[in-house]
Amino acid sequence: MKILVPIKRVIDYNVKVRVKPDNSNVDLANVKMAINPFCEIAVEEAIRLKEAGIASEVVAVSIGDKSCQEQLRTALALGADRAIQIETSETLDALNIAKLLQKIVEEEQPKLVILGKQSIDSDNNQTGQMLAALTNMPQGTFASEVKVDGDKVNVTREVDGGLQTITLSLPAIVTTDLRLNEPRYASLPNIMKAKRKPLVVKSAADFGLDLSPRSTLLKVTPPATRQAGIIVESIDELVEKLKNEAKVIS
Amino acid sequence: MSVLVYAEHDNQNLKAETLKTVAAAQKMGGDITILVAGHNCQAVAEQAAKVNGVSKVLVADNAAYEHQLAENVSLLVTELANDYDHIVATALTTGKNFMPRVAALLDVAQISDIIDVESEDTFVRPIYAGNAIATVKSLDAKKVITVRTTGFDAVATDGNAEIVNIDIVKDAGTSSYVSEELTVSERPDLGAASVVISGGRGMQNGDNFKLLEGIADKLGAAIGASRAAVDAGFVPNDMQVGQTGKIVAPDLYIAVGISGAIQHLAGMKDSKVIVAINKDPEAPIFQVADYGIVADLFEALPELEAKL
Ligand SMILES: Cc1cc2nc3c(=O)[nH]c(=O)nc-3n(C[C@H](O)[C@H](O)[C@H](O)COP(=O)(O)OP(=O)(O)OC[C@H]3O[C@@H](n4cnc5c(N)ncnc54)[C@H](O)[C@@H]3O)c2cc1C
Repeated sequence: MKILVPIKRVIDYNVKVRVKPDNSNVDLANVKMAINPFCEIAVEEAIRLKEAGIASEVVAVSIGDKSCQEQLRTALALGADRAIQIETSETLDALNIAKLLQKIVEEEQPKLVILGKQSIDSDNNQTGQMLAALTNMPQGTFASEVKVDGDKVNVTREVDGGLQTITLSLPAIVTTDLRLNEPRYASLPNIMKAKRKPLVVKSAADFGLDLSPRSTLLKVTPPATRQAGIIVESIDELVEKLKNEAKVIS
Repeated sequence: MSVLVYAEHDNQNLKAETLKTVAAAQKMGGDITILVAGHNCQAVAEQAAKVNGVSKVLVADNAAYEHQLAENVSLLVTELANDYDHIVATALTTGKNFMPRVAALLDVAQISDIIDVESEDTFVRPIYAGNAIATVKSLDAKKVITVRTTGFDAVATDGNAEIVNIDIVKDAGTSSYVSEELTVSERPDLGAASVVISGGRGMQNGDNFKLLEGIADKLGAAIGASRAAVDAGFVPNDMQVGQTGKIVAPDLYIAVGISGAIQHLAGMKDSKVIVAINKDPEAPIFQVADYGIVADLFEALPELEAKL
């Protein structure tokens, strides 16, 4: 069984992004970039399925300019077998990303596609579900457990009230939540080996899709900042402030 | 102009968040219809009919929708979408799950997690864990939108909308429900509570969350947690507050033994008043707290409970 893992290059999760002074967007110049944490969990899950003898091949794919090859190499170092970069200099919205991924799904015919549930930059939480709709596959989103069972996959999902388990017929789409697994670190020998693994570059323009934007970003502003608060010296003082100053308790 | 609002419910109760989503829909303008998709969900339909500003409640009551599986619900909503300019759901796990499917089936983009409506086609949403706020204009004819409820005030419930049963049955047949493990709690929902008290890694174990319970009882609070506390197995996943957990904005948020990582702040920094209890004076949580107390939580919590 082949597993396809779409991944995204994003700002490192430890970095607090800044808004550009002209409010046109966030400023990503000289900012540390990394593989989106949820995508990393997706790669890890695919590799574990391969190690368990369930998957035979793990293919990583990323859409972006040449810089996203860095994240594809990371996926290869973690254990993916080969990688595909879909080259574009545009920032595409989730629907267009899903349309490109649909083409890769048609070419590769994976039994399972594992994606991160959201990327920590745009925070959209859309791509997996859109790809599922376009490819007419069932979906197990926000997964905290994935168990392949013959031609089905059982997915335990993190939902508002707790956990829900569903069964999907394969091929299917899974999107990862934080507790699905803890990704490994790539070892130095594997990082070296990854440099020789196949990475194919395709041009987004060659797929014959209409990838025109569906929205315009009018402006990006910093969030409202909170007034600096005070440090209270005792619980008595805290209770007094909450009662009489903030008036949030009685 | 017309708006279709998807009702969040569990076949028995309409979730209070839907009232806020309707408030967002009102700002988009036009006639509002609520869709209740479920099974044996007439009670929900009756509650939905009372939501102010709603002219019609559509009820799709069928076993295929019992667990609101994304495959089935998205087909239903897509078929109904013809009649509406805006398709709107709450950005909770059900809406997040099926709405992007609807958008893709309609060949339109989705605008996720809006916190404000500027006009019928322009919306405001947080990005980068809330460290930037984007204003986005949709170019699609139909708008598919999920609403972050902390941005809107609930509408009242003294309305009287017409209830219409529809018999569109969509069963994709590719997914099925197996089981559920839901947390049962007498406390208010995290999303609806006016006071939230959350514990982090500093709580050390699940048992120590009892220290929060006494305080929560006195304040009528919901109990939340940081990701670290959930990952460590102290408490279940549905208690996680943050970028990837629940987004809350209560009148009072008390963070106990939580350092204040960007991802946690993303879920609570719009709270009206924030209190932080942490033994590390350098903890970033103090930068957003209105009232901070540098203390060992194991001493501070019993004292706080006693003095409330
Ligand atoms: C993709 C991604 C998504 C994430 N999403 C979320 C999310 O939704 N929600 C979330 O919360 N996190 C999220 N995180 C994790 C986040 O980055 C932090 O790791 C996490 O919030 C830390 O939790 P914490 O504050 O409980 O633990 P720590 O950072 O370890 O802080 C523990 C705090 O407890 C204090 N403390 C310890 N003992 C005591 C004591 N006896 N008395 C008083 N204080 C004490 C310490 O001083 C410290 O400040 C996410 C991370 C990633 C990468």
